[in-house]
Amino acid sequence: MIEFHLNNRSGVAPYLQLIRQVRQALRLGLLRAGDQLPTVKDVAGSLAINPNTVLKAYRSLEYEGLAAAKPGVGTFVTKTVSDESVVAHQRLSMELSAWVGRAQQAGLDFEDMEALFQRAARAAAQEEAV
Amino acid sequence: MSSTTAAIEAHGLGKRYGHRWALADCTLTIPTGHVAGLVGPNGAGKTTLISLATGMLAPTTGTVEVLGGAPADGPDQLARVGYVAQNTPTYAALSVADHLRLGAHMNPRWDGDSARDRLSRLNIPLDAAVGTLSGGQRAQVALALTLAKRPKVLLLDEPVAALDPLARRHFLGTLADAVAEGGLTVVLSSHLVADLERVCDHLILLASSRVQLCGDIDALLAEHRVLVGPRKDTTAIERDHTVVQTERTARQTTMLVRLNGPVADPDWEAADVGLEDMVLAYMGADAAPAIAELTAVGGQR
Repeated sequence: MIEFHLNNRSGVAPYLQLIRQVRQALRLGLLRAGDQLPTVKDVAGSLAINPNTVLKAYRSLEYEGLAAAKPGVGTFVTKTVSDESVVAHQRLSMELSAWVGRAQQAGLDFEDMEALFQRAARAAAQEEAV
Repeated sequence: MSSTTAAIEAHGLGKRYGHRWALADCTLTIPTGHVAGLVGPNGAGKTTLISLATGMLAPTTGTVEVLGGAPADGPDQLARVGYVAQNTPTYAALSVADHLRLGAHMNPRWDGDSARDRLSRLNIPLDAAVGTLSGGQRAQVALALTLAKRPKVLLLDEPVAALDPLARRHFLGTLADAVAEGGLTVVLSSHLVADLERVCDHLILLASSRVQLCGDIDALLAEHRVLVGPRKDTTAIERDHTVVQTERTARQTTMLVRLNGPVADPDWEAADVGLEDMVLAYMGADAAPAIAELTAVGGQR
């Protein structure tokens, strides 16, 4: 069982924070298929958050195929994040590290890189939209 | 009565004191099962709206219905609505157990066991005179008593304003726990947007006695953006979208807008907006023309 936490200052909607924490726990192997997620009532009471927020997060996880609700019992993890995707991410992460190294050599600081990255991501999103 | 009846529905609701409208032209719907945060500056009409919904005040104009019925219209209606006033009033000399006995005598659907359960989990002694408890404990007693009524609609007027952060968290935790049991709609007024962000999924924003926003918080946030761009003509943006707030420097323009579609002009960088910034923008002096008009009519406050 995992325990959720919330960051009020992050600017990320609470239900998204819950979703990300489940995904992160899956990636790190803290959650595996068959594990039960905390009940909506427990999460709502302990974090003092709206139960609908928890429900929304769980429904979204169900929609993604990561979890399934068993009526009257709770919500369970149905999928372990596959190793392949982790490997793929590792390659991407290494490529990004190499890119960061080249950017530093070119004299860019953190914010320069962030601006470049965001512009590239926005351009990709726009291309997708076209 | 169908299950789709709104918890609270107001049409053109207004309350006037002398020349001043405490609440004007208030039309809103709060669907059942939600926790609605009621925000706004002091004197914006929050307490007036709650008092109208409880039936303690009669409206000057318009109507308000709670669960499809008139407020305070007979014992059944009273039993379905819970209300905790500002500063969570209790009888200081009476013990917690005395309060529970009073509640049992005065309410038809009383659930004393759940109240005792809640209070014992919070380590609040039942034999203590309520006057000897801390502010946070007194607030918990008031909430437990109101929840023991098993209300369908719970109206809370600034219940956490006077509490320290830990007591606030515990209070809202108790509230969230009760909502998770189902069948309860809550309206909660507060100044503390961070608390509202956690526990509320619906927002009612009052400013200058008027409803500025009412709706699902995530949907409202998705409709609002901060646009940052060069100092230039903003007529096109003002035509296509609703500009809530504009700030200009010599070279830059920052606007908080309610979108009516995508922003076409690539000069504007659109960023997501947080609940607090959105709320503050609407509360701001130059929020909407309606506010300027109203201040002129309502006089200084």
